[in-house]
Amino acid sequence: MKIYTYDSTFEGFLTCVFDCYSRKDFPVDICSRYGEQRYLFVESIDIATNPQKAERVWKGIQKHLSGKNKQLLFYAYLSEELGIEMKIYRFLRRMFSGHLNLETDYGDPDVLHLTQASQKVKKEAMRMMQFVRFQRTKDRMYFCGIEPKYDVIPLIINHYQKRFTDQRWLIYDLRRNYGILYGNDKVEEVVLTKKQFNAYNGQVKEELLHEGEDFYQKLWRSYFKHITIEERKNLKLQRQHMPRRFWRYLPEKQEAN
Amino acid sequence: MNESVHEKLKILSDAAKYDVSCASSGSSRGNTSKGIGNSLGCGICHSFTEDGRCVSLFKILMTNNCIYDCAYCINRRTNDRQRATFTAQEIVDLTIGFYRRNYIEGLFLSSGVIKSADYTMERMVLVAKKLRNEENFNGYIHLKAIPGASSELIQEAGIWADRLSVNMEIPTEPNLKKLAPEKNYPDIITPMGQIRDSILVAKEERKKYRKAPRFAPAGQSTQLIVGATPETDRQIILLSSGLYKKQNLKRVYFSGYLPVNSYDERLPAINRPPLVRENRLYQSDWLMRFYHFKAEEILSEDQPFLDLDVDPKLGFALRNMHLFPVDINRADYEMILRVPGVGVQSAQKIILARKHRRLNSLHLKKLGIVMKRAKYFITCNELPAHKADWEPQRLKHKLLCEMNSKYKKSLDTQLKLFADFKPVLPTLH
Repeated sequence: MKIYTYDSTFEGFLTCVFDCYSRKDFPVDICSRYGEQRYLFVESIDIATNPQKAERVWKGIQKHLSGKNKQLLFYAYLSEELGIEMKIYRFLRRMFSGHLNLETDYGDPDVLHLTQASQKVKKEAMRMMQFVRFQRTKDRMYFCGIEPKYDVIPLIINHYQKRFTDQRWLIYDLRRNYGILYGNDKVEEVVLTKKQFNAYNGQVKEELLHEGEDFYQKLWRSYFKHITIEERKNLKLQRQHMPRRFWRYLPEKQEAN
Repeated sequence: MNESVHEKLKILSDAAKYDVSCASSGSSRGNTSKGIGNSLGCGICHSFTEDGRCVSLFKILMTNNCIYDCAYCINRRTNDRQRATFTAQEIVDLTIGFYRRNYIEGLFLSSGVIKSADYTMERMVLVAKKLRNEENFNGYIHLKAIPGASSELIQEAGIWADRLSVNMEIPTEPNLKKLAPEKNYPDIITPMGQIRDSILVAKEERKKYRKAPRFAPAGQSTQLIVGATPETDRQIILLSSGLYKKQNLKRVYFSGYLPVNSYDERLPAINRPPLVRENRLYQSDWLMRFYHFKAEEILSEDQPFLDLDVDPKLGFALRNMHLFPVDINRADYEMILRVPGVGVQSAQKIILARKHRRLNSLHLKKLGIVMKRAKYFITCNELPAHKADWEPQRLKHKLLCEMNSKYKKSLDTQLKLFADFKPVLPTLH
């Protein structure tokens, strides 16, 4: 009985897959070295991340998967579910052994689960496109602090980079404590050390906000209130589309102050 | 930007809320160098109001002044309401301000008619033109074409906007004459036809020259009010099917009639908007657009109204029991789509998955098919055929009993003897 542990990055996981093949070894589990210990009496092998090995596995995956499913395994991995590594590993073994179009074999529990996990991640990424709200600060930065369920900030870079090219913006993941900053035509990953905002709802401190910001939020709040048709009230439907966990970031759901 | 803009925003968003269309999909406009915004083919909803409708576009009227006196409209000139008018620059500033904060996908501009159709349309086009040229804005713009506006203005509107719409509101001509005597049908149909032709021409041009200007790349849509006039569901569905086919519309929206002018005796007296009926009409619309149904299949001639108890797809299946059961492992895509409880995505998944192995009911359940309904209409590897024993009426009753519909309460017509019963004595514990 062997388990492989790795540094809980996708690259590290791909290195594990590479080593499984090169050692001709079949671990019973692949898990993060930082997670809680789940096994007794197993031989645990720690795999050091190796970008070259990971790259080779990734290229192999790309060769086998069809067009719109190229990112399937990466998205499924991002769901951070317990045991997702083994599911991907089993999937890869079948795929590399020559099973064609494996990603459409929805009758197989592993394939179906990976598809559903990647759907969940994609949906969360979509919500980051929907519910990010920028606040304009005095130094002409558009800031948003938000907390996605999965680590999807890297998936939305492309969208925001294309959309807002002439303003500096920063989207910050409050839980994972990093963000993406756009300025001068490029996007950088940043970690803020001195936090000038509320870590619960991403509200920037009052004195740092641009003077027009408050007014625009007020306008948006009254627009939101007046566009509602009172006779058709359906709060359940509203919550279904816009889960409560996002409300604290949305200016339209805050009481006027 | 000052307080007066805030006041106008309140009045004019309140007046714009009865327009149901809010889609931002169907157009993928790239961002030009150093401009602001782009639009995505899939569309993005940025918020949801308390009535559960999405806020994708900044939906606003340019003015709620109107020279017309249509019975169904809250902004008719004889209504005593606060009136306001935005200047073009105010709308531009609001749109850009909201867009930069990622509140919206773009602008949906409609308007009451001031002075004349042309005068109004010209101002609306000006807003779109300003956004595109002065602000370098590439987000989504939806403009309402004012009935009766000149063809040159509509042509220009199409150049700047992603989507154009002409609202029909009342499905048939005699009823339109009754409720809106100053409007006429040709004024609505003519611009619709013109927009359709221009879209086709622009598409052809773009095939030849990559840089040819686009014309309303997200197509055109319209809106019908349901329940204000005595049209049947069959008439409405046939009309919308005709609009999809002949006018090449992208969407037909249905708006359940809200009694905004309850004093007008030409309109029916109702307490609640016909929400269930509206929902059933949308379901039929979906069947036509995504499920390969024909309008005539949804409602036959002897059946003018949709069944409010069951959705139109289940209704179709119950009327056509001879087509079922469908063999999930053999039937073609069109037939699988017709099984109640199977959606477009699950149908596509079935088609792909069955190439790898034969599917059984457990697989289907995991794929997300509503087996509670589907099991009466399918056979797969091992499932016993449920159908032979069922008569449509009995099956419908059984399905209704098992159903947890959100409308169940409003459909429940049984009298309640003890609904208001209050015990005289407190209950003992």
